[in-house]
Amino acid sequence: MSEFEPKIVAFVCNWCTYAGADLTGTSRIKYAPNVRMIRLPCTGRIDFMLLLKAFDQGADGIIVSGCHPNDCHYTAGNFHARRRWIVFRSLLDFLGIDTRRVYFAWVSAAEGAKWAELVNLVAEEIQKLGPYDEYKNLMSRGIE
Amino acid sequence: MEELRKKARELLESQAVKVIIGYGKGSSDQARTVFIRKPEAVDKLIQDESCVQNLAVYLLKPEVKALGKPAIVAKPAVLRTILQLASENQIKDGELVVLGISPDNKLIEFPDLKAVEDYVSGLSFEYSDADKALLEKLEKMDRAERFKFWQEQFSKCIKCYACRASCPLCYCSRCVVECNQPQWIPVAPHQVGNLEWHIVRAMHLAGRCVNCGDCGRACPVGIPVHLLGEKLAEEIFKSFGLKSGTKVQGEYALGSWKLEDKEDFIR
Repeated sequence: MSEFEPKIVAFVCNWCTYAGADLTGTSRIKYAPNVRMIRLPCTGRIDFMLLLKAFDQGADGIIVSGCHPNDCHYTAGNFHARRRWIVFRSLLDFLGIDTRRVYFAWVSAAEGAKWAELVNLVAEEIQKLGPYDEYKNLMSRGIE
Repeated sequence: MEELRKKARELLESQAVKVIIGYGKGSSDQARTVFIRKPEAVDKLIQDESCVQNLAVYLLKPEVKALGKPAIVAKPAVLRTILQLASENQIKDGELVVLGISPDNKLIEFPDLKAVEDYVSGLSFEYSDADKALLEKLEKMDRAERFKFWQEQFSKCIKCYACRASCPLCYCSRCVVECNQPQWIPVAPHQVGNLEWHIVRAMHLAGRCVNCGDCGRACPVGIPVHLLGEKLAEEIFKSFGLKSGTKVQGEYALGSWKLEDKEDFIR
């Protein structure tokens, strides 16, 4: 059996983290290739359902990242997102969903190196945790 | 009870309201909702421990609205629901008469919604002992056990949406589960869809749910869905100091923010 390669989905904002990740590339910084990035206008736009759908589709880990507080292109999108994450994380934890697999971060357009570090860290941590079988097994269960 | 019937008769006779939404005798020892439209029918109203349903669920139904201005029999949980609906601009002062029922079954009259707010601010709201015990038990479990507990519960879900129908704050004319482009929640009672449905419901009610407990009572298979609302209400009070259903012009926790909101979990 081949070695486990974590599947990580990153939901990032268009203005900071996506540009930051671009900078990682143009700076020729190497980082773990396990991440699949999905660009959205703003962290305020990242519906919690998107995260659930990522787990549905077989993600082992999720990154949600956007502009630092006070840097939002739309002034307050990230502040609204932060509140939503606080509540959502608490709900996930209460339902027993592994919150160690969901990472939240602020990565600005200038933080190409931070993005590389973040992805490497997440890839390493998820590698340790192994595949998210608990959730994947739900998918394979039929209708009861 | 006599007090309530007398007031209801007065309201109907003076044409101050067109319909009284209250409790009547149901089958066996359960109470059912009654819509009293004639003064001679007020004797159908009852008021005792069997009256548990949150009647505010009817306030926004088009078919109830069509009956005309209502008076509603409101226990403390219903009073909180009314305040929450007012803060969401769903009901306005003067559109309804609130016949408050105190915890010891006394009639309280409210001239306006501000008076409801003042009365509610003096009440303490506690979860039932059974809920408190279950919440505590769940919090003591480790994560994997908790996951197993909820998966067992959700595997019973038949997607009847009784939790939604019983909820006075689930008033969207088109719910996310009815949207099929994209289909966020699978229609069939599949384990993943069941989990997603309960997460969506809890999130859409986060910061709005007044913890009346009707969703849990309505569930035909006995899933304690109301615990999700109770847990999130606790979290929201702890993190943002906000409590739903306490003000006529309340602040919606997920529609507002503060610079100093915690971010210890953000890298």
